[in-house]
Amino acid sequence: MDAQILSWVVFLPLVGIPVILLLPKQRPDLVKWAALGTAAADFLVSLYLPANFDSANPGMQFTVTLPWIESFGIYYRLGLDGISLFLVLLTTFLSMLSIYSTFSAITEKVKGFYISFLLLQTGMLGVFVALDVFLFYVFWEGMLIPMYFLIGVWGGPRKIYATIKFVLFTMFGSLLMLVAILALYFLNRSATGGYSFNLFDFYQLALPLSIQVWLFLAFALAFAIKVPMFPFHTWLPDAHVEAPTAGSVILAGVLLKMGTYGFLRFLFPLFPNATFQFIPLLAALSIIGIIYGALMAMVQKDVKSLVAFSSVSHLGFVTLGLVAMNLQGWQGGMLQMLNHGVSTGALFLLVGMIYERRHTRLIDDFGGLTKGMPIFAVFFMIITLSSIGLPGTNGFVGEFLILLGTFRTNPVWAAFATTGVILSAVYMLWMFQRVMFGEVKNPANAGLPDLNFREKAVLVPLVVFVFWIGIYPNSFLKNMEGSLADLLNQVNRRETVLRSLPSQSWSEFLSAGRGTRSQAAVPVKPSP
Amino acid sequence: MDLVGLIPLLPILGFAAIGLGGRWLPKKAVSILGPGVVGASFLMTLAVFFQLFSLPPSERRVVTSLFSWVVAGNFSVDISFLVDPLSMVMALVVTGVGFLIHVYSVGYMGEDPGYRRYFAYLNLFTFSMLCLVLSSNFLLMYLGWEGVGLCSYLLIGFWYEKKSAADAGKKAFIVNRVGDFGFALGVMLIFTTFGTLDFGGVFSQAPALSTEGGQRIATAITLLLFLGAVGKSAQIPLYTWLPDAMEGPTPVSALIHAATMVTAGVYMVARCHALYLLAPFSMAVVAVIGALTAIMAASIGLVQNDIKRVLAYSTISQLGYMFLACGVGAFTAGIFHLVTHAFFKALLFLGAGSVIHALSGEQDLRKMGGLRKYMPATYTTFLIATLAISGVPLLSGFFSKDQILSAAFFSPQGGNFLWLLGIVTASMTAFYMFRLFFLTFTGGCRASEEVQHHIHESPHSMTVPLMILGFLAVVGGYIGMPHALGGVNAIAGYLAPVFADLPHLPEPSLGMEYLLMATSVVVAFLGISLAYFFYVRSPQAAERLRQNFLYTLLLNKYYVDEIYQALIVSPIVAGSRWVWERFDLGIIDGAVNGSARLVEKLALRGRQLQTGYVRQYAMAVVMGVVIILAYLVWG
Repeated sequence: MDAQILSWVVFLPLVGIPVILLLPKQRPDLVKWAALGTAAADFLVSLYLPANFDSANPGMQFTVTLPWIESFGIYYRLGLDGISLFLVLLTTFLSMLSIYSTFSAITEKVKGFYISFLLLQTGMLGVFVALDVFLFYVFWEGMLIPMYFLIGVWGGPRKIYATIKFVLFTMFGSLLMLVAILALYFLNRSATGGYSFNLFDFYQLALPLSIQVWLFLAFALAFAIKVPMFPFHTWLPDAHVEAPTAGSVILAGVLLKMGTYGFLRFLFPLFPNATFQFIPLLAALSIIGIIYGALMAMVQKDVKSLVAFSSVSHLGFVTLGLVAMNLQGWQGGMLQMLNHGVSTGALFLLVGMIYERRHTRLIDDFGGLTKGMPIFAVFFMIITLSSIGLPGTNGFVGEFLILLGTFRTNPVWAAFATTGVILSAVYMLWMFQRVMFGEVKNPANAGLPDLNFREKAVLVPLVVFVFWIGIYPNSFLKNMEGSLADLLNQVNRRETVLRSLPSQSWSEFLSAGRGTRSQAAVPVKPSP
Repeated sequence: MDLVGLIPLLPILGFAAIGLGGRWLPKKAVSILGPGVVGASFLMTLAVFFQLFSLPPSERRVVTSLFSWVVAGNFSVDISFLVDPLSMVMALVVTGVGFLIHVYSVGYMGEDPGYRRYFAYLNLFTFSMLCLVLSSNFLLMYLGWEGVGLCSYLLIGFWYEKKSAADAGKKAFIVNRVGDFGFALGVMLIFTTFGTLDFGGVFSQAPALSTEGGQRIATAITLLLFLGAVGKSAQIPLYTWLPDAMEGPTPVSALIHAATMVTAGVYMVARCHALYLLAPFSMAVVAVIGALTAIMAASIGLVQNDIKRVLAYSTISQLGYMFLACGVGAFTAGIFHLVTHAFFKALLFLGAGSVIHALSGEQDLRKMGGLRKYMPATYTTFLIATLAISGVPLLSGFFSKDQILSAAFFSPQGGNFLWLLGIVTASMTAFYMFRLFFLTFTGGCRASEEVQHHIHESPHSMTVPLMILGFLAVVGGYIGMPHALGGVNAIAGYLAPVFADLPHLPEPSLGMEYLLMATSVVVAFLGISLAYFFYVRSPQAAERLRQNFLYTLLLNKYYVDEIYQALIVSPIVAGSRWVWERFDLGIIDGAVNGSARLVEKLALRGRQLQTGYVRQYAMAVVMGVVIILAYLVWG
């Protein structure tokens, strides 16, 4: 099993699809259990990964390499390292919980919903483990289709507007990235004479800064839209507000991380010199995102769009940690990706639970819910505290490491970013007060049933992670440290080596031919 | 020393048991478990204290590490506890006074439907506070620091259905976060400067900062940390949350907002004295902020009508004294006052709680009076505490306050001006405390008939803690009796190993010291006499004071809340709303939708080319050919 474990993890969700198709339409309950069973099986299989993960090995593990379209140098190439390990686990974990959370919410076109969901799961997992850039792109784009349907079919009143906006926004960035990928492909061909989409071959390209800049911009735009960084964030509130709960959970919990993952896996190591050129810009956008997202969250009327804007703020922390370009920033950033998945995922689940009871998400429609729903109140409070980074919860460790890493790079950035810590308390606690505290003024809020068994079962595992990461984050930090340290070294080393390259234009580089690579060959870790 | 881990562990277990047990746990069990774990924790603390005491003074510093908490690259922090004289003083106060307040709460909160929730929070608070004072590094301290803030938030807003309570809780948390902003940045700067967050490592390397550049860093670190202290200990300009915090149950005010949490800032400054000593500017800031806060809060306290708010402003004012002490380098005096204040202020709050309990929830001084005959135990203990805080000789407050004032006068970092602020505050303190005392316990009762009918002395679970605290408020001062009065100043000797690096202050002349002491006594009696005059002898004179402009200004707390609202809160909220509507939806999203619309328009235009008429297509082809040919021929 070891050899193909990643293939199993990625494609196991697809196994559920024919089962769902064969089940009778009149039995939606069976369909739901089949979907949950598939996702749970996938989660269990994915646990094989941390159990057998070697944290001392910074390179790719569980690698698979099979020829796919050999004449173009396209391979089916998967691998997992400390960067992708927890993102894969987060995906299988959240998918399972999200599917379980939908049992009462999805009543129409049940089969279609779960088929889309499982397709989406495979797409997301593929993105995190693909090491062939072409394969990566296939997963990256392929994942859009099920997400398009999840929002467009099972969404709210403005679902069509939201889903088209989401897809067009993302496509816009992705297409530029596709162009850049093809450029890399041909640049690599001219440097080595071979056809390859292998990411590790691309890593070795000695691109002059003038070329890096353009490719960097194309990749960065695609990732920045996905994250989303300010000012490319406006698709997010719409998508979240219209998406069904499970869609929001996955969108916030996993999809956004693809952007930040892309920073680490593609953007920084492929274009180290351009990266360092653009760090001030990226840092500025991150800090603006932190503060701007928080301020916008503060004035939202809809809980879901509040959480959406809070994501802009939290992801601003993540990108800031990444552009700090040191180990604390990166580990904090990676950890914060997981934290955001856990906490914001849980927040969307919680919002979904009261939405199912009240069919509204407007803050003003609520008030005094604690009285009737004390258990809900406890969960909501814990997740709120995690979201505002209270020490002892997961949010603190991530945020603190990010700020610490940022402070080492530039104390002024850290000072601005730290105001986000104040603002997050403002918007979250204000919202919490208006929804949960006070007297029950609206009779519709009286006598709401508290959480049922299924709802508690969805939330408890998330709360476990809130405290696990908060109290003993080393289980996570230790496993990601090796790969991140290695990558950081590689980026820094290549940045120094490549800085001495003469400035070359595209045509010069392409015509210089094979010599280029050997002249500036840079030792990097061997490709798997 | 291995027991030290148990000191915070017991309360968190209590929290878990009560929190998870929920309704399955009988109320009786909660009444035993809640105070019980804190009492056990107090016994543990005593055991550790005596173990520590058995060591020679120079070795009284023991670190116990439980496990490594956060490791990232060269950053590494443990969950580890520091046992030294300073942390033990704090832990004894937290668990000792905390235990008494837990016991008191059994009676005070007995009828409340949120009884279990209350004790769960109170245990969680004790745990966090113990983490704060026992931590041996800045990060765990920060965990406790924010943890107590959380419990404060939860307990102030305990009666969450009341909007004012929920508002006050939120305000406390957010204002504290403003302070924590500074604390967090200070911690980061400490790490980048020293490469560690362990107290041992940081303070032993601190002398390396005595260069000029190093001093700038030390100043930055200490000012940032002090911002945290200003938030937590309610000093100018972040004190506004504490008066509002009185929305919480009264024992909470006693425990969190008088005896323990709010003193965390003083503890932190004292703990970091090695850094503060390198930054004279920061020391001056601490002293001036402390002195100004002391007098400002005392002046507001002169006229407040809510019994708890008077005590709240009094707490702010007394905390100001403690910072004044730290700022002039008299850290021992600051900690000494912290301890005595914990006794008499907890007693005052609990006494006030007893009064409020008796008066069916009434907190307005104007509707009290004459309670002396109904509540003898509360009356006696309250009088002791009032005398102690007013600085009447031979009670605890006299000794500790006198040490601070004397230090403010004699210390090279002090001065006449700081001393003057302190002495004026002292007379104000005596005035507002006796005003409160007279209005509550003497004269005729101004409560309504129905309320009067129910007045009763509180149950033993409440009066016994009052008596114990009363005893401590009397004798607590003798641990720090000055040499000038023939004492040995035991607490200074006990804390000496912690503050061994302090420069020795010049020994003041005895005559001068007696003179200062006498001045303190005179102003205290002056304040008491004025209060007696206005509130016992001729109340109509007090009525006339009300017409005064100054009175209105003080009653409205210098309008600081209104100013903050108008200058900070409202502009941010309104500005954000404007930006969201005009910029986010208008400009950014407008550009997005606009570009989509542009494409649509272009497509509509482009569509018109596809007419379906073959003639037009053929025409276009011919034109194209002609243009290409023309280009090839002439181009």
